[in-house]
Amino acid sequence: MSGPSTYEPKTGIEKWLDSRLPIVRFSQDTMINFPTPKNLNYWYTFGGILSLILVVQIVTGIVLAMHYVAHVDYAFESVQRIRRDVPWGWMIQYIHANGASMFFLAVYLHMFRGLYYGSYKAPREILWILGVVIFLLMMATAFMGYVLPWGQMSYWGAVVITNLFGALPIIGETITTWLWGGFSVDNPTLNRFFSLHYLLPFAIAGVVALHVWALHVPGNNNPTGVSVKSGKDTVPFHPYYTVKDGFALLLFFILFAVFVFYMPDILGHADNYIPADPLVTPSHIVPEWYFLPFYAILRAIPDKLMGVLAMFASIGVLFILPWLDTSRVRSMRYRPVMRWFFLIFVGACLLLGYCGGQNPEGWVLHASRLATVYYFAYFLLILPIVGLIETPKPRPASIADSIHGDRGKPRSDTAATPAPAE
Amino acid sequence: MSEPSRRDFIYIAAGAAAAAGGALTLWPFIDQMNPAADTLALASTEVDLSQVTEGQQITVMWRGKPVFVRHRTPAEIEEARSVDVSGLRDPATDQERLVPLSGGEYQPQFLIMVGICTHLGCVPLGNRSGDYDGWFCPCHGSHYDTAGRIRKGPAPKNLEVPGYEYLSDTVVKIG
Ligand code: HEM
Ligand code: FES
Repeated sequence: MSGPSTYEPKTGIEKWLDSRLPIVRFSQDTMINFPTPKNLNYWYTFGGILSLILVVQIVTGIVLAMHYVAHVDYAFESVQRIRRDVPWGWMIQYIHANGASMFFLAVYLHMFRGLYYGSYKAPREILWILGVVIFLLMMATAFMGYVLPWGQMSYWGAVVITNLFGALPIIGETITTWLWGGFSVDNPTLNRFFSLHYLLPFAIAGVVALHVWALHVPGNNNPTGVSVKSGKDTVPFHPYYTVKDGFALLLFFILFAVFVFYMPDILGHADNYIPADPLVTPSHIVPEWYFLPFYAILRAIPDKLMGVLAMFASIGVLFILPWLDTSRVRSMRYRPVMRWFFLIFVGACLLLGYCGGQNPEGWVLHASRLATVYYFAYFLLILPIVGLIETPKPRPASIADSIHGDRGKPRSDTAATPAPAE
Repeated sequence: MSEPSRRDFIYIAAGAAAAAGGALTLWPFIDQMNPAADTLALASTEVDLSQVTEGQQITVMWRGKPVFVRHRTPAEIEEARSVDVSGLRDPATDQERLVPLSGGEYQPQFLIMVGICTHLGCVPLGNRSGDYDGWFCPCHGSHYDTAGRIRKGPAPKNLEVPGYEYLSDTVVKIG
């Protein structure tokens, strides 16, 4: 919550600086004294984790760019050289490649957290939308990064994804030619992807700054969804959440290290160890795991244009989500009906992820169609309707009450009859 | 509302000039991504058809794309001609998929097409594969017949016939 600043410069130099560039005051207010709800659980640690992974990707990426050659004749070899010959190249390359997966793992958990606790609702709509923008930029960055090693999956992934734009009527072909800089995915394409892959993470960093700014105006949401009422509901960010976030970060980075050091290729695809060949399509093209749900939506629909539109719409719908949910109650803890639909939604996303990796035939095709329908129904039908007809459970009067007792006192604006809150 | 003043006019004129100037400046930065002159110059490829025996298919590169040159058997040609064209997703007769010799007569045994699936750009498998004995794209399951027409699966169009001409009975220039 951005309130009056509590920072008091003590030494002469701090006072001098504070009246010129109040950077110490800014850090104190945003990272040290920042009043944070005292009931945040571990689902709230992924924001911090994500920030650190972004730094890791940028640092390892800058190192890789010192050795990588963005040319169709040398790209594959140069990545192999990084892995074999460059001092520590193997480690840095594997950190970067697996870092992308860790990034998406964390961002998906972060997003599901937001969906469950209603963090997209007023007054956090802009915060949520900026998050979706970051997600889109991440997808673009990861896609273009995956093209750089110029293996078979890199090449054919680039072909399939750029061809998606060819589905647009009339302008489709002009756009794909423009994206490629030629008549097929080729050297100009690789060059521009490298340029943009270097650029976009810094664009992400910029949007992250806006995202955090938009967070610090209303302050954190919390597992009860009840707004902060008084100082009794909060604790200062430091040391309470620096330590909690730090602990979660450690655990997460242990997982990250397990991938990097013990199974660095398990999330990748063997075909990407074959140099790109424009004449031979691998028999089974699959994107990286984090794109599989969207790939499943694309393939669930038998029409090319409709499939492409559905895939883009599946992300587009997230932008209008704040206005689709009609319930006044934020947290699904107090939404006995919606909570089940949410769990099914998580299941549908996982099912889509599974189907995206299989051949779209037989039951897999039916399952991906069913899950696609549910995905859209969740946002466009279930959230608007259930919000209107569901009777929420009584919410605690405040965050402090939810922890220290005084349970059962319903909020005055709750329609439900008094009953003990959970 | 009061009468528009001279100042309003200056605001609007200045804003419009800045917007138009901005758009004009943007254009070179967008257009630079289009194919460069040297890319455009790599335009044509010549193929000697006498190397391709009956029932065989060769693949040549043209503008970075594979082009299929297939010497069809009489049975394949017959299969392609017996189809009721009106029921097709992208209707075309077998002859419409060919280019005549300079004299006007056709060589129906030679089928020349860009070897790129019109769905999302994979290279379909040849040698009479798929449900219609032509090409089959394994990426998302598109089936093409012996004239390269889309018959089943997500692809919207027939395999593209590139612009080409017969330089002689046995030499073709693509592009
Ligand atoms: C948002 C952050 C980023 C993500 C999600 C990301 C993702 C990726 C991915 C998935 C790959 C393919 C790795 C493989 O399969 O081997 C890659 C490669 C690469 N990235 Fe990034 N990247 C990010 C930031 C950066 C930055 C900031 C730079 C440079 C300043 C960079 C430079 C490179 C280079 C040179 C390669 C090619 C070498 C290789 O394949 O390892 N990346 N990136
Ligand atoms: S690219 Fe051929 S079926 Fe999708």
